[in-house]
Amino acid sequence: MATTTRTLEVELATQSLGPNGELRRVPLTATPDGVVMPIDLPPGTEPDMGSERMLINIGPQHPATHGVLRLVLELDGETVVRCIPHIGYLHCGFEKIGEYRQYNQIIPWTDREDYLNSMGNNISYALSAERLFGIEITPRCTVLRVIAMELSRIISHLVWLGTTAIDMGAFTPFLWTFQERETVYNLWESWVGARLTTSASRIGGMAADLPSGWIDGLKAFLRSLPKTLDETDRMLTRNGIWVGRTVGLGVMSASEAINYGLSGPMLRASGVAYDVRKDVPYLDYETYDWDIAVGTKGDVYDRYLVRMEEMRQSIRIIEQALQRLPDGPINVDDPRVILPAKSKATSEMESMIHHFKLVMEGPRPPIGECYVATESPKGEKGYYLVSDGTSKPVRWRIRPPAFVNLSAISKMAEGHLLSDVIAINASIDIVMGEIDR
Amino acid sequence: MSVVIPGAALPHGTPDPVTPRQIPHRGGEANPSVEALRAQFGEVIGRHDVMWGETCVWIDAARIRDVVLWLRDDPSQQYDYLVDVTAVEHRDLDLPMEMVWHLRSLPYRRFLRIKASLPMAAELEVPSIEPVYKAANWLEREVFDMFGIRFAGHSDLRRILLWDSYAEGFPLRKDFPLRGRFSRSEQLSQALSANPEAKYSMEELSIADAFHELPADMRARLGGTSTGEG
Repeated sequence: MATTTRTLEVELATQSLGPNGELRRVPLTATPDGVVMPIDLPPGTEPDMGSERMLINIGPQHPATHGVLRLVLELDGETVVRCIPHIGYLHCGFEKIGEYRQYNQIIPWTDREDYLNSMGNNISYALSAERLFGIEITPRCTVLRVIAMELSRIISHLVWLGTTAIDMGAFTPFLWTFQERETVYNLWESWVGARLTTSASRIGGMAADLPSGWIDGLKAFLRSLPKTLDETDRMLTRNGIWVGRTVGLGVMSASEAINYGLSGPMLRASGVAYDVRKDVPYLDYETYDWDIAVGTKGDVYDRYLVRMEEMRQSIRIIEQALQRLPDGPINVDDPRVILPAKSKATSEMESMIHHFKLVMEGPRPPIGECYVATESPKGEKGYYLVSDGTSKPVRWRIRPPAFVNLSAISKMAEGHLLSDVIAINASIDIVMGEIDR
Repeated sequence: MSVVIPGAALPHGTPDPVTPRQIPHRGGEANPSVEALRAQFGEVIGRHDVMWGETCVWIDAARIRDVVLWLRDDPSQQYDYLVDVTAVEHRDLDLPMEMVWHLRSLPYRRFLRIKASLPMAAELEVPSIEPVYKAANWLEREVFDMFGIRFAGHSDLRRILLWDSYAEGFPLRKDFPLRGRFSRSEQLSQALSANPEAKYSMEELSIADAFHELPADMRARLGGTSTGEG
């Protein structure tokens, strides 16, 4: 019977002190009777294993990069020495296109930047445009927008939770969270007819009022979501694998986080209690009773805890909003921006002209500029609009929170293992549509 | 680690901020930092206006780094958070290009817009504020990418959203057509002739020493200076 012998050559070495007291590696060799002995080699002949660096490319087509992010990593063994992100693979020139669109025509573009939070973006943009027009929205619209924005935050965090769990090797939470997200998408569909790209807001109001039975669907969702959150919480929060793969990773101290311009859960996990809803309130957020979730260590685990708590706080806000939801008109009574009723537009000459002028020429804000920030699930999302008095903005600037958050990945990833880069990247909650725009 | 509370520098008993209502188009109370800036920097600080409740102050572009450094470090200001860096080019070609910095003071809960004019005739260059705020790194790269404004002292001023060899110009400039400068056929032929292996930057190739392992023709094409598919 023929046999083959396989040998594996392993370089054995030990550390010792050299003649001048410097630390050096001394290769070992095995004597025929099995005793491992140091051998004396002339200096310079042993291979220096410490200087060889490897270049690893992750993405842009990699599921763990949550889109089309590309990371080039310089590795020393398995340790990241340098992380160079490349973005722009999804660049569509939204800001340029916005300069060629009327103010209401920009709303569909806001769906497509941070597509997990499309409803939130619609409303953020409408808020900034309303500031530019000097419009105060109706009480019913204010409360409805709060409900929509918080629901939007919940589904964005649910996607984050599910996909991050998959990145760390846990598949089940993904199914639970996407099941819940589906409920909200059904609610969106019954409200505005679209699931992902809602385009629900208009300057001065919303595209539609709630259909009958919508509130009941929302209440059913609010009953089932805490159970899912509890289940996921039981599965992950004290799970040894989850804790081991998240604690102590990508730590940003409070002062670093502020200097790097982080916002949203990234900033709050580092122990900075800055939330746009509290500090620069909009939509009467100061009148709701809710708490800011703040972490202490600023690692991946804290970001997970902050996002879990934010979902529970969003439920609190929605429940209070449902109690105070007033009746009344959803659109402001302002002919500068709001179309006349369809029945009037088809029966009265003046209303038809009004309708025609608004659609063809578009509403015209006064000359001016404004920056309105809102708290998106990713962080401080602001829209900076500059108007020259025509119906199209001179400049439509999106302040993308995930873009600024992602710029800190080089700092966070350095010194960690290659597999931890996936966890750190997931903890930023990037949406490339928003980063590349 | 203790928790940082925004608004901590405000006097005790200051009411929490509320949703603003009935904001006037122009006028209103200006941010007190403007007067403090005038006292500190004199004629570096130009006019200021308050629009929709936000204070905008015009400064000399060459002094922006000193101004934000003082705003960040002075105990009476503490503008520790850089919100955004961007630029505006007006449709009216007589107006200069504007650089816009949005700053926020978390301890004082203040928001300040700083603007500087950049005459289109001169070379568009301003000092980078990346040494003051790390957040400016990518934001300034984006402004460079989209407007062609150079930031002196930036550690890594490269295009960010577009690729390094993008030759059509700066997309957010008003003289840039919406569909791009090159014809569709030119854009397509460039895309088809792109070399996907040349997507690493020269710096990255030197890390792995991979540049020397490339075939000679590719080395010649990369030329040691340019990157991308050129």
